[in-house]
Amino acid sequence: MKNAVALALAAVFLTGQAVYAAEPQQERQQTMKGVGEAMGTLAKTIKGEIEYDATAVANAFKKMNEASRNFADKFPEGSETGHETEASPKIWSDRPGFEKAVQEFEADTDSAVKAAPKDIDEFKAAFGRVAENCKTCHETYRVKKE
Amino acid sequence: MRKLLLAVLVLAVIAAAVMWFLTAPGKLGESAFANLSEPDLARGEEMFWAGGCASCHAAPGAKGDDKLVLAGGLEINSDFGTFYAPNISSDTTAGIGGWTFEQFANAMKKGTSPEGQHLYPSFPYTSYTRISMSDLNDLWGYMKTLPASSNVAPDHALGFPFNIRRAVGLWNLLYLKDEPVITFNSPSDRLKRGRYLVEGPGHCGECHTPRTLIGGLKLGEWLAGAPNPDGKGIIPNVTPDGSIRSWSTGDISYYLESGFTPDFDTAGGSMVSVQENMAKLPASDREAIAEYLKAVPARPNGYPSPSKEN
Repeated sequence: MKNAVALALAAVFLTGQAVYAAEPQQERQQTMKGVGEAMGTLAKTIKGEIEYDATAVANAFKKMNEASRNFADKFPEGSETGHETEASPKIWSDRPGFEKAVQEFEADTDSAVKAAPKDIDEFKAAFGRVAENCKTCHETYRVKKE
Repeated sequence: MRKLLLAVLVLAVIAAAVMWFLTAPGKLGESAFANLSEPDLARGEEMFWAGGCASCHAAPGAKGDDKLVLAGGLEINSDFGTFYAPNISSDTTAGIGGWTFEQFANAMKKGTSPEGQHLYPSFPYTSYTRISMSDLNDLWGYMKTLPASSNVAPDHALGFPFNIRRAVGLWNLLYLKDEPVITFNSPSDRLKRGRYLVEGPGHCGECHTPRTLIGGLKLGEWLAGAPNPDGKGIIPNVTPDGSIRSWSTGDISYYLESGFTPDFDTAGGSMVSVQENMAKLPASDREAIAEYLKAVPARPNGYPSPSKEN
């Protein structure tokens, strides 16, 4: 017990913040919120609402790619319900399909990062492929609760 | 005593005859087919996407050009049993390639099959009944140009009493109406177009409106959202009091075009396929739908609020 407390304290000092054990449901919701924000930058660029900014676009793709890594791990057994999760039961009944969808998201965002589009025309192709992932996954693996 | 028995018997026969008459499948009159010209295939294709035919009738999971092969087979797990979308490709035996336009129009507007039987309202003829004859004519012309498939979809698997087709006739008396759901005072052409697309071919109300115990739409709660008829979760309330209350007409049009909500979430579930259909319509049609959704009466959610799990 003493060791555990010491370890926790050490973690607080080392990382500069309290070790916050979020539930997987909340963690993945937070991740998806970040993806939505990144998508906001990209979609507004596509719509011409904001001027093309290669750095902002690169950062948004990077943020999505980071979110995609190990994303499937945020859906462990036992996190099927609770915290207003909109995860579909199919994530657990069709695990290989879900993991494949996440891998595609990772691969497409990875290509987008590597493509490093310099102008709006180069950006359009990368955007289309990345954006397709959102719907493909939500079509099968998310259910609306509200 | 004898007389009484006889009277009861006579009454029963009369009741049965009246019932038989009331439940008879409907048919369009000859005048409905007057003045139709050669089908306009481009307009027919627009009607095909507006009507969402491929979303149920293409093979499950079909993408791209495969959506044009209306092979059937999609399973719809409803409260009444399992429906299987039939093959409506141009194949003359497995599909509907052997039908006449009259037979097609009676299926679409009356829910009556060429054999003179009731179709089940899992096929949304309750909405399609509002499609104009001219649009149906164009649609039929277009559908005949699509590929044939020899796939045979399974028969519906329904429990009693829903397996009695004739009973759908009574249901139709209650729920098959071709007048507009929402009436407006001097609507603009665009608003009328939006109403036509949503209430007719788009058949949006079939999922977005809650149903009675026997599966009829509660028109007083039009578009108020409903439990998902085919699985878990809900179908959102799309009236001005619903989940799109803060969306502008531009936001709604953009969502229908791209699948992105104003906060860059996306369409999910069966709406993905619907949205991809809507993306194929002219921009003016998406704008008309948006205008209509902003103009319908606001309603509270037509589904129970989610139970707090924790």
